[in-house]
Amino acid sequence: MLNLTHKRVTLFCGHYGSGKTNIAINYAMHLKNSFDDVCIADLDIVNPYFRTKDGEKALNRHGIKLISSEYASSNVDLPALPAETYAILDNPGLHAVIDVGGDDRGALALGRYVPSILSENDYEMLFVINKFRPLTRDCASTLEIMDEIEAACNMKFTAIVNNSNLGDETTAENVLSSLEYAEEISAKSGLPIKMTCVDNRIAPELSGKIENVFPITLYVMQSWKLQEDR
Amino acid sequence: MAEKVLMKGNEALAEAAIMAGCRHYFGYPITPQTEVAAYMSKKMPKIGGTFLQAESEIAAINMVLGVASTGKRVMTSSSSPGISLKSEGLSYLAGCDLPALVVNVQRGGPGLGGIQPSQSDYFHATRGAGHGDFHMIVLAPSNVQEMVNLTFKGFDLADKYRMTSMILADGTMGQTMEPVLLEQGEITQYEKPWATTGTKMERPHNIVNSLFLKPEQLEVENFKRYERYKKIEETEALYDTYRMEDADVCVVAFGIGARVSHNAIDEARKAGIKAGMIRPITLWPFPKAALKEAADKVKAFISVELSMGQMIEDIELATRCAKPVMLCNRVGGMIPTVKNVYDSIVEADKIGGDK
Repeated sequence: MLNLTHKRVTLFCGHYGSGKTNIAINYAMHLKNSFDDVCIADLDIVNPYFRTKDGEKALNRHGIKLISSEYASSNVDLPALPAETYAILDNPGLHAVIDVGGDDRGALALGRYVPSILSENDYEMLFVINKFRPLTRDCASTLEIMDEIEAACNMKFTAIVNNSNLGDETTAENVLSSLEYAEEISAKSGLPIKMTCVDNRIAPELSGKIENVFPITLYVMQSWKLQEDR
Repeated sequence: MAEKVLMKGNEALAEAAIMAGCRHYFGYPITPQTEVAAYMSKKMPKIGGTFLQAESEIAAINMVLGVASTGKRVMTSSSSPGISLKSEGLSYLAGCDLPALVVNVQRGGPGLGGIQPSQSDYFHATRGAGHGDFHMIVLAPSNVQEMVNLTFKGFDLADKYRMTSMILADGTMGQTMEPVLLEQGEITQYEKPWATTGTKMERPHNIVNSLFLKPEQLEVENFKRYERYKKIEETEALYDTYRMEDADVCVVAFGIGARVSHNAIDEARKAGIKAGMIRPITLWPFPKAALKEAADKVKAFISVELSMGQMIEDIELATRCAKPVMLCNRVGGMIPTVKNVYDSIVEADKIGGDK
């Protein structure tokens, strides 16, 4: 059973390639089940190839507003932040998901919004982890990246999202084998594990075996893979 | 056995280079290759290596030349416009007979072009990477695992033949994330008696140089180099085949083009057309013998490219134009679709007529 509490602003950060963007999109859709007014903001200024904007059609279908740099997915290789991001902070009726760029470099861009997020104090700052990524394979190296991100954006994490996966080849065993890793990070950092994200394909195998399995549909992926689906 | 990890092509390549013993990286950021430099900047300082972001691509390639002169494994990486800037250095590396690994994660061109994938530096890599007569060994990965394996291969061949190996990837290979096995293969240590490592007053000076003012001597250097190239052409060509046993139509594709073609061939087979693929893994040396042999059996060839018809010339040369060669291409950052390739296969099957 999925049992999640929600805050007005939910931020997803992590090592780049940890899967933030797809989780953020899925989480925004999940919020839409409970709240009328949901938006997603793409603050990723690091990666010009895979962007939230690539999932725009799906978001539109679900009635979720996308706030994204006008340059995102335009192939203009220009790191720019969307001006509308401030609208999130000024509208207390809105539930917002913020997709923060990878690593400390991406998180740096978040810094300017942090004071107002902290003063409102109705937020969750989530650290997305994947033990199958080479620079976050163990607890120590993952905590190191966590510290770097916190220092860059001047904000502390409030919970962990376990997104351990091997892409298309992920098996239920892979996910189960990551639980110990996630729990160790949770114990060392003192942060709870909010949920474990699992590809829709294998989520049924894991229900009941892990607390708070959050099934994910991939909306942003390599264009030639999308092609295979069409 | 090592466990698989999920890696971006660029990161996987960088990690493989470190595993292959490379401790010196010089580069300058450019999309879609930047993760190579980013990964090196995180890893190299931790293992006593050198990561240096040079002031330009030209500076970086000349730093590569410096380290290569000492016989150490060294690399640089960039994307198309940056590789143009490195061209002078590539010629000097060849003129000095130095081993190095150069990575080109290609984007659309010419000029600044775009940041989406391309294969339009095929001619640059295989024909004219700089001034003067020379070749580089050109390796074309088609998945993230090959970004790893061909990095090992590239360093090995560079040392073996004292020349530059280029990994010619497209933006897709750099950016795609796939599970890979990072296994430390056996690394052959080559004697490098030419390296400038200090005489210790025990031997004459080694000199690394590409300047030969006497034409007779410069001619000899060129002839010697091309004897080595001949041997490479005879022994080092690599390729893969798919469903070629009874093929009527032979698709020739590499990199992302081969991934798309694979699916198109399956579709064509379902529709009753006998299609197959030869996938060059080395673009220089080009797998001429395999193509020539196929020309005796198939009706037609299709060159699938993310360029305006570059590899097609190598296919025509290798097959001596014995069979029609069609071009199936998308450019400017676009990738041929399965349908593009499928339609070409149908067309080629018609053009080829009866065998």
